[in-house]
Amino acid sequence: MDEKKRGRRKFIKDSLVNTVALAGVAAGAVTTARGQGQDAVGMAPERRNAFTGRSAPSKFVKMARTMPPETPGYTPLQDMVGVITPNELHFMNTHYNLPEIDPAAHRLMIHGLVDKPMIWTMDELKRLPAVTRVHFLECNDNSAASLKGGKTAQGHGRTSCAEWTGVLLSTLLSEVGVQRGASWILAEGDDSGKHSKSIPLEKAMDDTIIAYGQNGEPLRPENGFPLRMVIPGFSGVHNIKWVRRIKLVDEPYMTKAEVASYSSVRPDGKARWFMMEMPPKSVITRPSGGQTLSGPGFHEIIGLAWSGRGAIRKVEVSADNGATWQPAALQGPVQRMAHTRFRLPWTWDGKATTLLSRCEDERGQTQPTLAELSKAWGVPADWWKQTRNPINLFNAIQPWRINADGSIENGFAFI
Amino acid sequence: MVSRSFKHLSLVVGLLSCATAFAQSAKYSGVGRAPSATEIKDWDISVGPSGKELPPGSGTAKQGAPIYAAKCAGCHGVDLMDGKGGPRLRGGEGTLTSLRIERSIGSYWGFATTVWDFINRDMPPTPVRGTLTHEEVYALTAFILSKNNIIKEDEVMDAKSLPRVKMPNREGYVPFNPVYKKDAVRPHGSY
Repeated sequence: MDEKKRGRRKFIKDSLVNTVALAGVAAGAVTTARGQGQDAVGMAPERRNAFTGRSAPSKFVKMARTMPPETPGYTPLQDMVGVITPNELHFMNTHYNLPEIDPAAHRLMIHGLVDKPMIWTMDELKRLPAVTRVHFLECNDNSAASLKGGKTAQGHGRTSCAEWTGVLLSTLLSEVGVQRGASWILAEGDDSGKHSKSIPLEKAMDDTIIAYGQNGEPLRPENGFPLRMVIPGFSGVHNIKWVRRIKLVDEPYMTKAEVASYSSVRPDGKARWFMMEMPPKSVITRPSGGQTLSGPGFHEIIGLAWSGRGAIRKVEVSADNGATWQPAALQGPVQRMAHTRFRLPWTWDGKATTLLSRCEDERGQTQPTLAELSKAWGVPADWWKQTRNPINLFNAIQPWRINADGSIENGFAFI
Repeated sequence: MVSRSFKHLSLVVGLLSCATAFAQSAKYSGVGRAPSATEIKDWDISVGPSGKELPPGSGTAKQGAPIYAAKCAGCHGVDLMDGKGGPRLRGGEGTLTSLRIERSIGSYWGFATTVWDFINRDMPPTPVRGTLTHEEVYALTAFILSKNNIIKEDEVMDAKSLPRVKMPNREGYVPFNPVYKKDAVRPHGSY
């Protein structure tokens, strides 16, 4: 194509674009007052088509929660890189249905041992002073499934971490005026079974959030839209989703979740109940179970550590099955009752080994080995494999076995 | 010394008056309203171990039997044991130290009020949860407790008698009364 033809084509193209743009203006298309706006009609299609109202992940990214036939709803920790769990990947579980609640119709009532019972609409709750805080939520039985020897998400994915926005429950409680004699609250959700749970008043007054925001947007339906409780460090079952009612009471109310489903029977037949705070825990997420190392050489070890009793103070990693330990770097800011990312440079020599991590929280409690946990529970080492009973608050050090071919297996499969 | 003490005293007084002023200004006017007595009554379905919220009404195992057959046996089985979709409601005594525990109402649940509260709010799951009458809930609770040999077949369950029922495993929970102490160090295995 010679210069002349190219110039003529460019002139025709420019004229067309200008004509379309002018036609747009004439037809009243949107331009900004200062004339700086970009009229979509004036955009070339390839550019216009790049815009979406709400984006989806790249077609090359295959991250998803576990789904049947696996136990569904676990977060794919092994594929994640930061500390925040994207909302569509936040672990989910429900005792009943997935309610579809119109926020315009939703109400929160606080009553019981109070001076002045009150009801708020969602709009009213959003008018009150709010906080935004980062906290993990973890199911009471998380990590017990790892004893079956599975991959990372299937073993540990019932924990997630998000930035929650809402009103402190203490703000609402000061509005209603808590009466002398109140010592617990009973919180209830608006799912079909009206799931309810007793929570100590001390915790309710401390840092409990009545949350409507999750990572900058409204809660997702499976995480309690339009309103849920976030009780930092307390196991998932306490964090009532779709919360509709809080009653101030003078004793724990012994709901089914407390008396039956969420209690844990010791080997001596006695039941531990009201297990509230999640213990310190860490898991190496890369390299981890189900992944494969592409070859010897440099691989940064990364993982997550968290505790229901405050901030993570220290994480140590062993690349030789516990013979030696090195302190891992903690990714700041290290936040209380939040996932904390840890990192350690590592060069793999191509030989079989086992990776371990252990953490310590602000109360000085250290994550136990399985042998230490067995001793604390008063059970023989093989009990964990033999029992068919629910295991709660399991936080033993997770071994990842690296084979010489780079494949990675769950060390619990070999105990 | 005297003047220093005075200084401290005035600081304390100042702080106190600040706190009072803050407490007053912490009320958010025009946000929220008082619920009516009816609203509270309609919403408040919870029944605690004292049983003080239990409504009027009563029932016996005999009255509960036909209701159970019609509304519960399909999932829990005619003998409360075959669990087609619903858990077993009796049995499991003596299994709590085994490697395969069976936690039924009789072998495990520590409070009869929990049975009433759960049936009232959740059962049967279809067509709609929480639709039994209070009389039906009393009768079904009595039927299940009787089938677990916890009460007699003709024993009347009502707001007075139900909280007094002694459940076999009440002593089986540690600690006996739940406790929470902020910042307490809890050794592994005794959370």
